[in-house]
Amino acid sequence: MDVHHIVRVVAVTKTFSLGKMPVHVLKGVDLEVAAGEYLSIMGPSGSGKSTLFNMIGGLDRPTSGRVFIDEVDISQLDAYELAWLRNRKIGYIFQTFNLIPVMSALENVTLPMIFAGMSGDDAVDKGRGLLDLVGLGERFQHKPSELSGGQQQRVAIARALANDPAIILADEPTGNLDSSTGAEIIALLQKMSHERQVTIISATHDFKMLNVSDRVVWIRDGRIDKIEHRDELSISIGTIQERHEPAHS
Amino acid sequence: MTETAGRPKKSAISRQIVLPWSKSLSMAMNSLRIRFFRSLITTFSLVLAIAFLGFTLTGSAIARELFRIHGDAAMPLLIEAGYSLDSTGLGITAGPKELWLMVLSLLVCTVGIVNAQLMSVTERFREIGIMKCLGALDRMILRLFLLEALALGLFGAGAGALLGLVVAWAGSFVHFGALDYGQMHVFPLLAEAAKAWGTGIGLSILGVLYPAILAAKLQPIIVMKEEY
Repeated sequence: MDVHHIVRVVAVTKTFSLGKMPVHVLKGVDLEVAAGEYLSIMGPSGSGKSTLFNMIGGLDRPTSGRVFIDEVDISQLDAYELAWLRNRKIGYIFQTFNLIPVMSALENVTLPMIFAGMSGDDAVDKGRGLLDLVGLGERFQHKPSELSGGQQQRVAIARALANDPAIILADEPTGNLDSSTGAEIIALLQKMSHERQVTIISATHDFKMLNVSDRVVWIRDGRIDKIEHRDELSISIGTIQERHEPAHS
Repeated sequence: MTETAGRPKKSAISRQIVLPWSKSLSMAMNSLRIRFFRSLITTFSLVLAIAFLGFTLTGSAIARELFRIHGDAAMPLLIEAGYSLDSTGLGITAGPKELWLMVLSLLVCTVGIVNAQLMSVTERFREIGIMKCLGALDRMILRLFLLEALALGLFGAGAGALLGLVVAWAGSFVHFGALDYGQMHVFPLLAEAAKAWGTGIGLSILGVLYPAILAAKLQPIIVMKEEY
């Protein structure tokens, strides 16, 4: 069967100029992500992991190469189209939650729906439903500052799902959470991936993420070091941890 | 295979990302309410400058009204109060020194607004970035800041113009207490206060333009950077 690739990264390079010295952050990355897949991008800080992640999310443009989302080259899109893409096709989840502090949980979740032109009442209904789904149904009126880290990340997940995106991009979603809260968030992401057939792409340091990933992409020095499927992972996970642990202190 | 079926054409997209006016307005008001103290500081320089402008303008209007009512009988008092009179008899105006002070105070006020609004934008870099990540367009961010400035202008300059009017009215008795105010028309006074009000609204919007454009142009990637 022909696999539908929701994301295709083709020969992407990225060069930053730091003072007079060009820094080659990505040195040619090719990657294909199937629709509905749960993909983790692993790699130490400075490996180019975040840069690759930002490219896929349309937050950064490659120096050369192409990034296709749903077979559309996003480097060709203008500002409107990119905004549309961010609004409808992609849901973002961040390490620092990034809820809008002056808005309630419900207002945070409904904002993308308002941008998408949904009427206020429909947005509130859907937002309440999504907050129920992530287990925060009762706390919809709370401000982010009145919620714990785990709860804020749940709101962020509900917000990411607001316009039924094809892709959820999660940047270190467990990075600011303690281990057990992190595990809950990972379980929630996995549940969403299964129930809603959303493609989840996550940049992470967290080895708990590996157990739920369909594939893991290891980035090292601006290149893909290796790509492992889940079945290969479970065998070698002990050695992976030993090999990579020193890099993330 | 470059376009999928579900993707609208370019022209349609600008209508597919929306922020209704009512929602924009409630977001702008909410933002002002939550940052009430900051909003107050931003407004304060406007209140003072417009109060001064309003005071000067309505003061002149009072003087003109008195001259209209009392004619040459009011002249000595008007001259003593510092007003100069041109040959037509209609040209009672503030002296050049006051005009200079007025311009200067408005200039300082505008610079103050720009400064305060720049701070406000910098504080909200992350918030703006998040909205951009959720699909907000440049013009929506611009509109939010303009609406905030409009509200600040309406209230701040309104308060200032009112303050100026009241002080000018009360202050006029110091110089012209001996004259009869009986036949004075209120309308020219209110017109001058309204002029001050309008100027204040204009300055508030002028002062937010550069910061708001800066905010609107922010890239969503800003949320990925730790320092904000």
